[in-house]
Amino acid sequence: MSEARKNFIEGVRAEVPILIGVFPFGLIYGALAINSGLSTTAAQLMSSIVFAGSAQFITAQLFKEGAPALVMILTIAVVNLRHMLYSASLAPYLKDLSIRWKVLLSYLLTDEAYAPSILHYEKEGLLHFKHWFLFGAGISLWLNWQVSTAIGVFLGASIPENLSLDFALPLTFIAMIVPVMKKQPVVAAALSAGATALLAYSLPYKLGLILAALVGILVGTLLEGREAAKEAQ
Amino acid sequence: MTNIWVVMVFGGLITFGMRFSLIYLFGKFEIPETMKRALHYVPPAVFSAIIFPEIFLSGGVLNLSLANPRLLAGLLAILTAWFSRNTLITILVGMAALFFFQWIQL
Repeated sequence: MSEARKNFIEGVRAEVPILIGVFPFGLIYGALAINSGLSTTAAQLMSSIVFAGSAQFITAQLFKEGAPALVMILTIAVVNLRHMLYSASLAPYLKDLSIRWKVLLSYLLTDEAYAPSILHYEKEGLLHFKHWFLFGAGISLWLNWQVSTAIGVFLGASIPENLSLDFALPLTFIAMIVPVMKKQPVVAAALSAGATALLAYSLPYKLGLILAALVGILVGTLLEGREAAKEAQ
Repeated sequence: MTNIWVVMVFGGLITFGMRFSLIYLFGKFEIPETMKRALHYVPPAVFSAIIFPEIFLSGGVLNLSLANPRLLAGLLAILTAWFSRNTLITILVGMAALFFFQWIQL
């Protein structure tokens, strides 16, 4: 088997359990979009044009409330700010690729494709054909998202809201991130980001999320610097 | 009536632009060393910032009581993730725990 294919399959494999958490999220999005008054076409195409779960939820919600277009666009921008962090964090691993690959992988760069890929890259380091891993994870998530949206759109109001299926998504993030909590600065980054997210939750446009992420990154980096300084002494 | 197509096209372009931005720029320029170090903390920081409100808040308010099924299920999922290191098992245990805690509180 070629190296590219091997990496691609590894990426798909790593993504499969995550798909189980994302699938209900797609169903709920599809149903919510229809119930918010979006047309079937718009609800479905938002999943391929915007392709960003939480931003799509908020957009559907804002549409229902009759928010102006500019407010909705700005909200999408702010809610998706964290993708710049993902972009920066993956950049070293993708830097020698052609522009076509960079465009394709950027389009596929969601929370759920980023998480397994970055964890894999940090463990395995930089190797040839590694971008096929991200591609495998990204494209399987993309397909899953389109299909789950379509089913959600089709079922619409018949999906019961009180099933709490949305909880599957934070659970997948827990499953990804808890096992890497090994070093003190990483744990501190996670806890400080989490605490900030709680304190800043009431900020508009989910600004609390990006603020919390920045606090966590800062705390982790500072602690790591201090530990390195101690070791150097 | 808001034109949803305008929102989707611009929202999509901006989202793509942010995803593409640094993958593109850091192909042209070297990433500063301090920034490289800082970027290692992106996954734990961002994902904790997503997870914490989902389990510690109910209806936007801090809820640390046993009457918060998401908190109990979330903590159980964290333990499961730590010991099993398996995504599927963590999701299944977490969902089962959530259904259970919601059910006993009915």
